[in-house]
Amino acid sequence: MSELVDRLVANGTLPAVLPLWVWQLGAMVLFGSIVVFLFVLPVAGITTWVERRIMARMQSRIGPNRTGPVGFLQWLADGVKNLLKEDIVPAAADARLFRAAPYVVIVGFVATFAAIPFSSALIIADLDIGILYVTAVTALVVVGILMAGWSSNNKWALLGGIRSAAQIVSYEIPAGLSIFPAVLLAGTLSMQGIIAAQGPAPWQWFVFDNPFAFCAFVVLFTASLAEGNRTPFDLPEAESELVAGFATEYSGMRNLLFFMAEWGNLYVIGAIATTLFLGGWQIPWALEGHPVLRHLLETLTFVVKASVVGILLPIWLRWTLPRVRVDQMMVMCWKYLVPIALVNLLGTAMWVVAFPNGLLPIRLALLALTVCAAALFVRRVIFHLRNARLGREHLSFNPLATARSPG
Amino acid sequence: MDPAAIYTRVRERFGDAIGELTGSGRTAGCTVAPARVAEVAAWLRHEPGLAFDCLSTLAGVDYPKRNVIQVVYVLYSYRARHWFTLRVDAPRDDPRVASVSGVWSAAEWHEREVFDLLGVHFDGHPDLRRLLMPEDWPGHPLRKDFVEPEEYHGIRTSRESLLKA
Amino acid sequence: MGLAGFEVEVQRQTEGGGLVTEDMTLNMGPQHPSTHGVLRFVVRADGEVMKEALPDVGYLHRSIEKIAEKVGWHGFLPYTDRVDYVAAMFCNHGWAMACEQLAGIAVPRRGEYCRVIADEMCRLHSHLLSVGSMAMDLGAFTPFTHAIREREYLNDLFEELCGARLTFHYMRIGGVGWDLPPGFGDKLAHFLDRFEPLIDEYDRLISYNKIYTERLAGVAVISPQDAIDYNLVGPNLRGSGIRYDVRRDDPYSVYPELDFEVPVGRGELGVLGDCFDRYIVRVREMRESCRILRQCLRQIPDGPVIAKVPRNFKPPAGDCYVRVESARGDMGWYVVSDGTAFPHRCKIRTGSFAAISMIPRLSRGLMLADLVAVIASLDLVAPEIDR
Repeated sequence: MSELVDRLVANGTLPAVLPLWVWQLGAMVLFGSIVVFLFVLPVAGITTWVERRIMARMQSRIGPNRTGPVGFLQWLADGVKNLLKEDIVPAAADARLFRAAPYVVIVGFVATFAAIPFSSALIIADLDIGILYVTAVTALVVVGILMAGWSSNNKWALLGGIRSAAQIVSYEIPAGLSIFPAVLLAGTLSMQGIIAAQGPAPWQWFVFDNPFAFCAFVVLFTASLAEGNRTPFDLPEAESELVAGFATEYSGMRNLLFFMAEWGNLYVIGAIATTLFLGGWQIPWALEGHPVLRHLLETLTFVVKASVVGILLPIWLRWTLPRVRVDQMMVMCWKYLVPIALVNLLGTAMWVVAFPNGLLPIRLALLALTVCAAALFVRRVIFHLRNARLGREHLSFNPLATARSPG
Repeated sequence: MDPAAIYTRVRERFGDAIGELTGSGRTAGCTVAPARVAEVAAWLRHEPGLAFDCLSTLAGVDYPKRNVIQVVYVLYSYRARHWFTLRVDAPRDDPRVASVSGVWSAAEWHEREVFDLLGVHFDGHPDLRRLLMPEDWPGHPLRKDFVEPEEYHGIRTSRESLLKA
Repeated sequence: MGLAGFEVEVQRQTEGGGLVTEDMTLNMGPQHPSTHGVLRFVVRADGEVMKEALPDVGYLHRSIEKIAEKVGWHGFLPYTDRVDYVAAMFCNHGWAMACEQLAGIAVPRRGEYCRVIADEMCRLHSHLLSVGSMAMDLGAFTPFTHAIREREYLNDLFEELCGARLTFHYMRIGGVGWDLPPGFGDKLAHFLDRFEPLIDEYDRLISYNKIYTERLAGVAVISPQDAIDYNLVGPNLRGSGIRYDVRRDDPYSVYPELDFEVPVGRGELGVLGDCFDRYIVRVREMRESCRILRQCLRQIPDGPVIAKVPRNFKPPAGDCYVRVESARGDMGWYVVSDGTAFPHRCKIRTGSFAAISMIPRLSRGLMLADLVAVIASLDLVAPEIDR
């Protein structure tokens, strides 16, 4: 980003009347606003639409289909509805904290986008400590949730806030430990640097580099689910126990901000996983002379990878699995994920020392293993679809139409 | 065991506290004096051949003509697969019956319900208070002479019909 | 309607160092997404661990037993649907059986078979809702929607049978209201062909899911002695290992002619009598119900479906006690007649009433999330408790 601005000032496109840092700051603010308003908010909204359609199909329903084609405008309608709702602040609540809590949460979420790359040049701030910054800023969400739970003056909200704080803070550890294998393999904390150290082909991604990195990917994914309050770790908002957990007393736009942060966070989960382990925006063609096409393809690659890992997979898990209990969640984190993450870290470190350029056969073997597992899964799905005894006549089961003869 | 045999044993053991054998089928049984019913129940439960481990139902019935409120205990034994019914007649103006919640834990809530809806006081019950009606409801609704109060905390209990002829 | 009578004794402890801690009193209020009706629990908790959960019932009390004394024998049948609207056929059956026993009326055989068919369909109906709600309460939303999908087909069948989807009023004193419609047997068989393999699908999806079983195994264990002491019935009793079913051990209607198994909990994934046992007993009972329905469809004889019962029905004075194996266990009807056209007393003893009276004892030491699992596994429905 900054090189782009430097070049534009150098060849006179942007007048040098203002100092360079002003142009850079302006470009960052402009790009940041574009990202927030044209990407983050729509992504958060469209994720809800995707979730509702996929969820419905898993549950033998259709999902939103009235507002716009295939219900695509549903999220806009929900946004408008929430804006128009009355903003209720309970009389006994701590009004200042109550009003401020959603903003803290949304800031904690949106600020991560400053360091999330879209393509090789499209990143608001290419920090040298990129991934560390992202991890640190997402922890701000804990403060917001605790504020919400406490200031609501509602025991159920408080319980939700406390559970969430315990969960997010605990799962920071395995998530952080799982980031380090990728950092070790790349040798840098910078997001663009980590992506640049990978390659476009699947066996050049860090996830298939060695078995420990593969486990680290799984641990990172699980821990990210827990940080994002997604099922099976959605205790803080367990509808059947706490109504809406820390967000019980919120209405209207403040409520929507909480849930926008949760759904938008799905993309962040995917983006981090893609950056660290799935090769980011790497594409197989150099495309030196066509920067627009190149950046477009890179962005497309990145967004698709981040969506599959961060949006589709968590949605699938959410509507399949039940919820863990709070003590089981803590046990899973401290007794299982942390030791496994430590082992992964040590293993990757030893691997990097032993094989500085990696072992291609191992990479190909891991990739082949994953592809085989995916193929077996797809085969099983097809088998079940064929044999689920839900033929045409069953799908449109109408008792009044299947009578053979009266009496 | 058939009810007559059970009745003989009960009568043998408790003598005057037991009345005549009445009823048929599952409700065949005898009457018991109100103050002794806990003893009789405990004996029926723990006596080896009888083993009435299940209190199948505990109901209160209001007989204004006889001026009693009758508490009916229908007992069943899972082991011996036989039935017996105890009936306790308590005077309507001050119905007091010994509680059997020490014998079967199931009786706790049933006795609370009879207290709530019929006003029978169970001596020895650990926590006798209203169950279904609000704590400050006047009267006992299942009694035959219960008159519904005109209003409760300012809410009227009857309304004009919305269908005007 | 305040907290009178619910002044829970809050304990304060002063630890070494002068830190005073106090129990938290929570109100799991009448409106709550997972209390299966209008139930209220006052929970005294030490953080997430409960010390006691006291139920407060009566929010759904509609004085149905008093209404029986006002509307007469025939007129009370629609009210019985509302005693347990999730499994309404059994309530109809219980009242009809009580009246028939008092007056010595014999129901024609075809009528009895129609009753059993309606009963077992209603058992499927109720167990589907129970199993689905339990999964939903524990966070798995999809099995609930699948259960509701199957229930919709049953609703269509019920609508064809008696015109209603929830409160059926299908049975009458002396038999049933209408004969099975033409082609009903084929449609029911078609439904069963589709439904039986789907029970296996539920097992694969949720019953043996590791997260699900971890939530349920070993939670709220009810020993067989306690189960009998508190008069638990139905799947709650069978989940504790006691193989007792009114249809098998104290049979009524045409159940002696039908062949079916009685599933019991075996403590397969935890301790005998835990939440998982009660859940899996319900899933297996659904299979047995399908079996019974197929036998009924094969064996149903021809003939009238209702006996001649006078409109001005006046059974002789006396009392009787009948039991029906409802979806929630044996439902006891103690009915007293004084020879007039109005019942003298009708007492309905339901399975959920006993189950909820056990909650203060079960809840000690459980976590808040477990309370939801316990309520769901005991299959409490508020209308049955309050009547």
